[in-house]
Amino acid sequence: MKRFRFSSLMLVLGLLFIYLPMLILVIYSFNASKLVTVWGGWSIKWYVGLLDNSQLMGSVLRSLEIACYTAVAAVALGTLAAFVLTRITHFKGRTLFGGLVTAPLVMPEVITGLSLLLLFVAMAQMIGWPQERGIVTIWIAHTTFCAAYVAVVVSARLRELDLSIEEAAMDLGARPWKVFFLITIPMIAPSLAAGGMMSFALSLDDLVLASFVSGPGSTTLPMEVFSAVRLGVKPEINAVASLILLAVSLVTFLVWFFSRRAEEARKKAIQQAIEESAADSWKQPDARRAPAPQTV
Amino acid sequence: MNMRKFKRRINRIIPNGRQMVIGVPFIWLFLFFMLPFFIVLKISFAEADVAIPPYTEIYTYAEQKLQVLLNLGNYALLGDDELYIAAYLGSLKMAFISTVLCLLIGYPMAYAIASARKELQTVLVLLIMMPTWTAILIRVYAWMGILSNNGLLNGFLMSMGLIDEPLQILNTNLAVYIGIVYSYLPFMILPLYANLVKHDQSLLEAASDLGSSTFNSFWKITIPLSKNGIIAGCMLVFIPVVGEFVIPELLGGPETLMIGKVLWQEFFNNRDWPVASALAVVMLAILIVPIILFNRSQAKEMEGKE
Repeated sequence: MKRFRFSSLMLVLGLLFIYLPMLILVIYSFNASKLVTVWGGWSIKWYVGLLDNSQLMGSVLRSLEIACYTAVAAVALGTLAAFVLTRITHFKGRTLFGGLVTAPLVMPEVITGLSLLLLFVAMAQMIGWPQERGIVTIWIAHTTFCAAYVAVVVSARLRELDLSIEEAAMDLGARPWKVFFLITIPMIAPSLAAGGMMSFALSLDDLVLASFVSGPGSTTLPMEVFSAVRLGVKPEINAVASLILLAVSLVTFLVWFFSRRAEEARKKAIQQAIEESAADSWKQPDARRAPAPQTV
Repeated sequence: MNMRKFKRRINRIIPNGRQMVIGVPFIWLFLFFMLPFFIVLKISFAEADVAIPPYTEIYTYAEQKLQVLLNLGNYALLGDDELYIAAYLGSLKMAFISTVLCLLIGYPMAYAIASARKELQTVLVLLIMMPTWTAILIRVYAWMGILSNNGLLNGFLMSMGLIDEPLQILNTNLAVYIGIVYSYLPFMILPLYANLVKHDQSLLEAASDLGSSTFNSFWKITIPLSKNGIIAGCMLVFIPVVGEFVIPELLGGPETLMIGKVLWQEFFNNRDWPVASALAVVMLAILIVPIILFNRSQAKEMEGKE
């Protein structure tokens, strides 16, 4: 029992350690004083000032655009990869494929960024594309790296699925593509949404990859923040950082909310099915059917 | 009749569904993840040049002669210059110590989450997961304000009367450790939790029925069973930290020598792409064993094998 208390204490302290700095950051973003360490009363002037900073707003829009494209592509690519890893157990190069899918999770970003940039430079020399590095190259870099996260999330869900539903559909004559889109996709939809939002957030955050593969005129928000932060703590940056924190918390909350609702709907459906079958078996006793649980 | 033949021929050329499903992600990952490493390897043998792109070609073909010119100078430079060796060792030490710290802090946290009530678990996991989606940049930035000489921590300690003059924490290795543990802790906790939550409680009950002390059964049952989670968590921290750039750049000082920072400077400040590539190749060579370990544990996890 003693150990249990110790671990709970660690959990509380750990959560404080994780959240206190962010909380402090948000509070100080409302600081009226220009000196970031002196409290000068509440104010929202730093937020208002952000709207006038057109360079910053431009990079925000660019980052959001890239994050949207990344989320869509990473979900498609990651789901395919997860499907292959969980359902197709034997094909040539499967070990290599598995490695390629999971390695981006841990690969240091400086290596990935450098190698992708060199690839783009070599491609521009050989086939003349990409002439200019910018949104497209950043999108490719982010998609490759986010697809790994999506693959992990989606494959966890795919493993839990009841295979017999897909098999039943196939037995009834549905083609594999139809089964995939009509049966598998709806069943893994919550994890697709989670993976998409995760990719969105990861893409919005990334500094290192974007710094390597971006070109002139395609500065993203993290690059903008980084060059300002390098020079020290500034109240404007506090405001930007708080807004990003707010956006991420909102996305996280939405993921949690939707996955919870989906889970509840699923539980309700299961319970309903159990009750119906219980009612059926009451009417016409069936020896083969196991008795339904009395207390649900 | 002719039409059918034509159709059959077309069908032979167009890949079937199975090949498409495997092929699309495979080709993407091959093209944008694996192939680039070979290009890095190639350029690490080139020489820096004042040109666009800033390196020399390593092979030339003229008058039916193919000349391959491998320049080993970049690797020789890495071996000779103490700065690079110190940076590699510094990165490895930093990564090792922070991994141990994350494990020591993260394991009890993961254990507490796994033994909490079911509804509470989802909320706690979400609380741990949320920071991993938040810009590492911002979380590190938050610490800059806290740790600086006239920052909150020093102000707090001075007002408590514990210290008379501000402690220099920002721009030291201590700040880098704090930043790394802070940023990577969730990556340690999540795989540990995923593993711990699957444990069969009856094993522990059986052990305690047979007279095993709580600590004994924890040490002999829980820890060995969570081996895969420990490996995954440690690798998720260790490997990226070796190449970490943002944290040492913002929180570290002149004494902080880490390879990610050196690579960044070689690339962006010195524009020496070949040396940066050689640095990346050596870093990858150091990390290849941990990466394979991680991929193995991940493959087991993905196939659902224990």
